[in-house]
Amino acid sequence: MTAKPRLAVFKFASCDGCQLSLLDCEDELLAVAGAVEIVHFAEATSRMEPGPYDIVLVEGSITTPDDAARIQDVRANARFLMTIGACATAGGIQSLRNWADHQEFLQAVYARPEYISSLATSTAIADHVPVDFELRGCPISRQQLLEVLVALIDGRKPQTPGHGVCLDCKRRGSVCITVARGVPCMGPLTQSGCGAICPAFDRGCYGCFGPAPQVQPRSLTGHLLEQGAPPRQLVQLLRNFNGFAPEFRGESERLISQQET
Amino acid sequence: MPPWFLEKACLQDLLERLRDRGYAVIGPTISQEAICYDEIHTIDELPRGWTDVQQAGRYRLQRRADESLFGYVVGPHSWKRYLFPPQATLMTADRTDGGWSMQAPVEVPPRYAFLGVRACELAAIRIQDKVFLEGPYVDLVYQARRERCFVVAVNCTQAASTCFCTSMNTGPRCQAGFDLALTELPTGFLVECGSDAGSELLASLPVREPSAEELTAAESAREQAVHQIQRLMDTTNIREDLLTNLNHPRWQEAGERCLSCTNCTMVCPTCFCSSVNEVADLGADHVRRERVWDSCFNLDFSTMNGTPVRNNVASRYRQWLTHKLASWHDQFGSSGCVGCGRCITWCPVGIDLTEEVAAIRGDVR
Ligand code: SF4
Ligand code: SF4
Ligand code: SF4
Ligand code: SF4
Repeated sequence: MTAKPRLAVFKFASCDGCQLSLLDCEDELLAVAGAVEIVHFAEATSRMEPGPYDIVLVEGSITTPDDAARIQDVRANARFLMTIGACATAGGIQSLRNWADHQEFLQAVYARPEYISSLATSTAIADHVPVDFELRGCPISRQQLLEVLVALIDGRKPQTPGHGVCLDCKRRGSVCITVARGVPCMGPLTQSGCGAICPAFDRGCYGCFGPAPQVQPRSLTGHLLEQGAPPRQLVQLLRNFNGFAPEFRGESERLISQQET
Repeated sequence: MPPWFLEKACLQDLLERLRDRGYAVIGPTISQEAICYDEIHTIDELPRGWTDVQQAGRYRLQRRADESLFGYVVGPHSWKRYLFPPQATLMTADRTDGGWSMQAPVEVPPRYAFLGVRACELAAIRIQDKVFLEGPYVDLVYQARRERCFVVAVNCTQAASTCFCTSMNTGPRCQAGFDLALTELPTGFLVECGSDAGSELLASLPVREPSAEELTAAESAREQAVHQIQRLMDTTNIREDLLTNLNHPRWQEAGERCLSCTNCTMVCPTCFCSSVNEVADLGADHVRRERVWDSCFNLDFSTMNGTPVRNNVASRYRQWLTHKLASWHDQFGSSGCVGCGRCITWCPVGIDLTEEVAAIRGDVR
């Protein structure tokens, strides 16, 4: 890239936490801001320039007909489109609606549901347009975000780890809570990125960074069932921020269909 | 050299004499609902009256009927954590006007005294010595820690259901590789000496000659561990049997159960794989070369020239087991397994290597 790359941030259905990770980069942001031209970032600046953009960060999932059209527009204006966070990458926690009755939710929540225009599902950006890079996490890791941005600016491959949470859990010396206490943990199925925080604080991993490569959820759930975990608990474990990621989704749906038969 | 006897209360003297000599004493202590190895200052931090109950994929602490200090087996940590730390800086580099300036790390590691090292763990340290110190390239991080450490071994007086040191010829009796070795009795410890540093320390302790009853009691306490070991791994011809059965269907079955989570390799006291990454600041003016524990189960670790060379879980499980039990012999002249059972206990789905080996060899014989 010769001139400073033009960077834009777009938000869809999300909590803004991932964009905040970018703002949270404080000192580094100055350096990033020096290396790129931030031309569209509603959370941080009133500057809203039209495309095309060199780097587009997309936060959030697609939940309304308007957004389904808007993402097409964003893609058409993006040279490199990167999703940030679990919502954009897998549909987010709001994809729980995909297994529920959307109309029923509307009736329960809104006084005048007829004014609401929304889709029955919350889906990942990649279900709508091609995505060049997915940055996982709920929220994303600021170090990983910086790494990807710097790598893009330098024109090299970003170093984001593909290993699972257990590797980091062991490196930091935590005792496995599944083995030592029988607490179900998503660590063996989840890609790292957080440094295995939850097991270090006596909680099972929630799967924030989505499925690790080549995961086999069925082996873990099978073992936990044998140990006496109720299937319902395992379904809830799988249906978190990344519940609609194909590997987690497939397993929770399998567990439910198995119960029904 | 005949053994000596140290009264129970005088174990604190051992700790203090070690500390006088500048050692940081690392010993067993209860943390995170397990018996972990951590720095200890008094014998009150030892797991007095506790034991561990282990099976495939399960570990629980349990109260003992007595007040034993070393009445447990091996836990989630191994001494590898201290000799081959999970994260180490190998080098730093800074951009200067005259080009890059490279520095070796300045940190001087502590002098560790390990308290409570079991026979299988002595064997594991011996294996890592071979890997890190006796090949053409000496690992400086390991060497700096290993050469300065003091080892107080403890003979097992009980075994877990996961232990199989007798099959691997590594235990439960501590034979060599220690400075001092203890056998715990209700009233005190039988102390054997294994080195000059050990006798020097022993001379500073209030020991006496043991009675004939104490000698017999220690012998039967150690025998108890031998009798409790139920698990077996038949190692006859194991190298050939594994390497000539690389297409056995059992690998595929193990590959369907295995989560490729790396836990077995992390807890294994002999696994030594690591990755080296250059970590730069934003302007790439300061770079650290970091080494972290890594594992053959990690897909990234099996990636060469952008392509994974073991692109499914079964092939990675097979890589681990055949390296550990077969090709390790070619590489280092021994098995890579000491029979501590950690990989069985700490596998979140309870995969048991002794069962896998038996299944693969079952068809062979
Ligand atoms: S606590 Fe969870 S993340 Fe840690 S080793 Fe156990 S299963 Fe893996
Ligand atoms: S494997 Fe043997 S030496 Fe190791 S803890 Fe078990 S009984 Fe002791
Ligand atoms: S392979 Fe398993 S039993 Fe053998 S030394 Fe390693 S952790 Fe212990
Ligand atoms: S054998 Fe068990 S501990 Fe090892 S990688 Fe497979 S599932 Fe994880």
